Amino acid sequence: MSVVVFIDTRGEKLPKAAQEALTYGKHIATKLGGGVTAVTFGDGANLEGLGAFGATKVVVAKGVKTIESQQLTKLVADTTAAEKAQVIVCIHDGTGKAVAPRVAARLKAGHVAGAIGLPNMDGGFQVKRNVFSGKAQAWVSISSPVKVISMMANSIPIESNGSPATVSDFSGDLGVARVTLKDVRKSGGGINLPEAEIVVSAGRGMKGPEFWAPVEELAKELGAATACSRPVADMHWRPHHEHVGQTGVAIRPNCYIAIGISGAIQHLAGVNQSKVIAVINKDPEAPFFKAADYGIIGDAAEVLPQLIAAAKKLNAER
Amino acid sequence: MKFLVLISQVPDTTARIAFTNDNTQYDGNGVTWIVNPYDEWYALVRALELKEANGGSVTTITVGGADCDATIRKALAIGADDAVRVDAQPTDAYGVAAQVAAYAKDKGFDIVIAGKETIDHNGSQVAGMVAELLDLPYVPLASKLDMAGSTATIERDVPGGVEVVEVNAPFVISAAKGMAEQRIPNMRGIMAARTKPLTVVPATSVETLSSTVKFELPPAKQAVKMIPADQAGQLIELLHTEAKVI
Ligand SMILES: Cc1cc2nc3c(=O)[nH]c(=O)nc-3n(C[C@H](O)[C@H](O)[C@H](O)COP(=O)(O)OP(=O)(O)OC[C@H]3O[C@@H](n4cnc5c(N)ncnc54)[C@H](O)[C@@H]3O)c2cc1C
Repeated sequence: MSVVVFIDTRGEKLPKAAQEALTYGKHIATKLGGGVTAVTFGDGANLEGLGAFGATKVVVAKGVKTIESQQLTKLVADTTAAEKAQVIVCIHDGTGKAVAPRVAARLKAGHVAGAIGLPNMDGGFQVKRNVFSGKAQAWVSISSPVKVISMMANSIPIESNGSPATVSDFSGDLGVARVTLKDVRKSGGGINLPEAEIVVSAGRGMKGPEFWAPVEELAKELGAATACSRPVADMHWRPHHEHVGQTGVAIRPNCYIAIGISGAIQHLAGVNQSKVIAVINKDPEAPFFKAADYGIIGDAAEVLPQLIAAAKKLNAER
Repeated sequence: MKFLVLISQVPDTTARIAFTNDNTQYDGNGVTWIVNPYDEWYALVRALELKEANGGSVTTITVGGADCDATIRKALAIGADDAVRVDAQPTDAYGVAAQVAAYAKDKGFDIVIAGKETIDHNGSQVAGMVAELLDLPYVPLASKLDMAGSTATIERDVPGGVEVVEVNAPFVISAAKGMAEQRIPNMRGIMAARTKPLTVVPATSVETLSSTVKFELPPAKQAVKMIPADQAGQLIELLHTEAKVI
């Protein structure tokens, strides 16, 4: 009764979300009385190290260099069959979205996308997920023998006390790649927004892209990712991948700091699952204050330098 | 190029989110229904642009009851040539995908395109499942799609950046922000939409693999703690010592 966890290990560092997915799989495997088999691709190093997060075995398809959904689907489905796995865990990100739905359709397995916690396995199999862009949650029950879960980042705490895993190459035939990689453009060296624990976000109240330096400085001091509201991305003040909300990225960090953002319902939809929300806005009537834990009524230009100074002081003390 | 665009009907982004029947059903009472923004703004418009540039046809497909017809006409008003509605009440993503695949399998579509997710279910599932059921390549979360003959060059969002990939038609793709700009239907489009073909096809039988048992609304927020603007630095201290999140 093992669990298969599909992750992308091609980067220099194992992404936090991958560590979390392995921990997630480990919790389920423990309940089922089995182990975790991590499934991955490409030429990532230190795959034994995945054991720290709960994998007992790692199966790697070194020949697959990119997110080729048909090859990766076959990889995950065949490994699931070989391991007689009951549950497949993916991450609800660009890689997982390419593979999880395909695997589910191939195996006629029920699929819960965007899970925000561990399944409830007492007498059934129910998983809680976000719906209506985070305005509500739903418990979804899976009835098929094999189950696929795509987990949202920041759903459970990471555990890293396991011992090294045994690594083997996938030996089956994955067919030819029909999608071929031509180029990769990395988006800056910043912190990946969906898995960031702290996010500093700013809106149209900043008045123009030239005023973003203090936003970035605060983010840097706090070790935070930067985000923005939709009009800010639409006006090309900030890159599209920073756009959060109902029609942008949905995030759930521990701490979301919003500066010069009104808090429109479509914006709140993507961020209201943050554990703590702090809002800085010069308008006391801004709707965002109703969704906030902490608020400052003030001008961004006056508040930001104080926040940066306080963050520097905090960093000096710890 | 023959395009098939997946169109889903969703509640307007400002719609009240409430549930009935002991929190087992979305309360659609008084809700304005719209075309899912990702399907409309990006998938449909890009298909239309490519058709206008290179010729071909754009068909939309929706799985749902007759209550979807007004929303489907909006997609026709924006410029789709014809529409198909599979007459089935959607159960889960697999159910929708299986209906779409059953319809599309022998129709020779070159490109099947959907929005990257719906704003009600947020699953990003249907297009990928359709791809698997039709045994076609799939590129999700695409922010750019260009065609040269039957070869597509696609940019897609991946964790930490953008990848440029190439794939030959037929394939399935899901569209994210950046792929196209929203089009507002004009009067002529709205008039023409009334007489464009909307074909209703019967559902095939599909097994249900998952079901929603209960909805929950997030707990109400506690009152906000205000900090005076001239002592803004306190916010950082409170986030550290009280909320313990930084
Ligand atoms: C279908 C649909 C989908 C949408 N999806 C999204 C989405 O995903 N994400 C999203 O963000 N929006 C989305 N929107 C747009 C949304 O409705 C709002 O228009 C948008 O969020 C507003 O962005 P904003 O708060 O940055 O700007 P504004 O609404 O212009 O607010 C600016 C705020 O800054 C404050 N301010 C001004 N100057 C200062 C200053 N000097 N110091 C401090 N505060 C100041 C103002 O008081 C105001 O509250 C969507 C809209 C629609 C119709």
